[in-house]
Amino acid sequence: MQRRLKIGVLYSRMRVEEKWIFAALAKQGLDYVRLDDRVIHFDLEDPTPWREFDAVLERSISYNSGLYALRILNAWGIPTVNTAAVAEVCGDKLTTSVMLAKAGVPQPHNKVAFSTAAALDAIEEFGYPVVLKPVIGSWGRLLAKINDRDAAEAILEHKSILGSVQHSIFYIQEFIKKPGRDIRVLLVGDKVLTAIYRKSEHWITNTARGAEGQVFSITPEVESICLKAAEAVGGGILAIDLVEHPDKGLVVNEVNHTMEFHSAQPVSRVNIADEIVNYVVEIANASKEVV
Amino acid sequence: MASVSCNECAADIILADGTEVNEIIVCPECGVDLEVISLNPAKLEMAPMEEEDWGE
Repeated sequence: MQRRLKIGVLYSRMRVEEKWIFAALAKQGLDYVRLDDRVIHFDLEDPTPWREFDAVLERSISYNSGLYALRILNAWGIPTVNTAAVAEVCGDKLTTSVMLAKAGVPQPHNKVAFSTAAALDAIEEFGYPVVLKPVIGSWGRLLAKINDRDAAEAILEHKSILGSVQHSIFYIQEFIKKPGRDIRVLLVGDKVLTAIYRKSEHWITNTARGAEGQVFSITPEVESICLKAAEAVGGGILAIDLVEHPDKGLVVNEVNHTMEFHSAQPVSRVNIADEIVNYVVEIANASKEVV
Repeated sequence: MASVSCNECAADIILADGTEVNEIIVCPECGVDLEVISLNPAKLEMAPMEEEDWGE
C-alpha cells in the first residue's frame, strides 16, 4: 500500500491565514504536522526526522528563521514551498529588483549605495521626493519618504548609526504618485489566482498599515506581467504588488514569498488556502515520483 | 468558550469558539497583544514583540 503524503507546515503564529491553511489540510484529510519555528530545532548531522515529510510549507513570520530552515531542508533534498532560492530573492528587495531587471520586468527606478555620501548623491540625482526602503522588511515598516536634502541627511545618518549593518545598504526608489492604491496579485505556480486593490489615503498601501481591499478584475496585462515576475524570482506561491506608474504604466513593486491573504481571500471569494494546499500536495507528489 | 484573564490588566477575556493555540488575540480593555498558549486549560502569554525581519 502506498504511504500517505505527510506535509509539514513551518509557522510562527496562528494568523488567520494559518487557520485557513490548517483547515484546508484537514478538509482534504491530509497527514500534516504543525511545526512551530520557536520550538523546533535541526540536528545538522541527522536529517532523518525531517525526511518523513514529503513537502514542507514555510509560513514563518521571521524572514531569517524561514530562510535558514528552507536552506537546511533543501540541502537535505526535502521539497519546500517556497524554495530557499525563491525566499532569498523575494525576501530582499534589492535582490528582487536585480532579478526583475534581469528579466526585463517593469519596476520602479531603484538605486543602491553603500555609504551615506554615495546615497545622498543618488538621492540628489533622483530629486525629491524619493523613497528609502530597508532591503529586508515588510508591512511598510521603516519606509521613508524623503522630501528634501535636510531630511535625506538626517535619515541617512540615523540609519547608518542606529540601524543594523543591513541599514547601510541604501536602497533608494523613485517616489511614484500612485492613485491611492496598489494591486496585489496572488499566484500559485503558473496560475494567477486572484487580485485585489489595496486602497489607502496614505502613500504606503499595505493592509498591515490600514489599506482596504477591494475587488480587482485581472486583465491580460496584469496576468502577463505577474507571470513574468514570478518566473524571474523562481516561481511558487507568490503575492506580487503592482503600482500604477503615471508614465510607465504597471510596475512590479514587490514580490512576497510568504504571502498574507487575510484581505484577498474574503474580498475575492477565492479559497486561496485550498489552492495553496493543492500546490503543496502537487510538489509533494512530484517529489515522490522522482524518488 | 473558555474564560481567561489578561496578563497585563487582568480583564476577563472570553476565547471565541474556534480559537487555536498560537493565535494572537487583543485584550478588549487594554489593547495588548496576547498569545494563546493552551486551550485546556486556557492560558495566555504576552505576544512576542514584532521583530525587524517579520512580515510576508
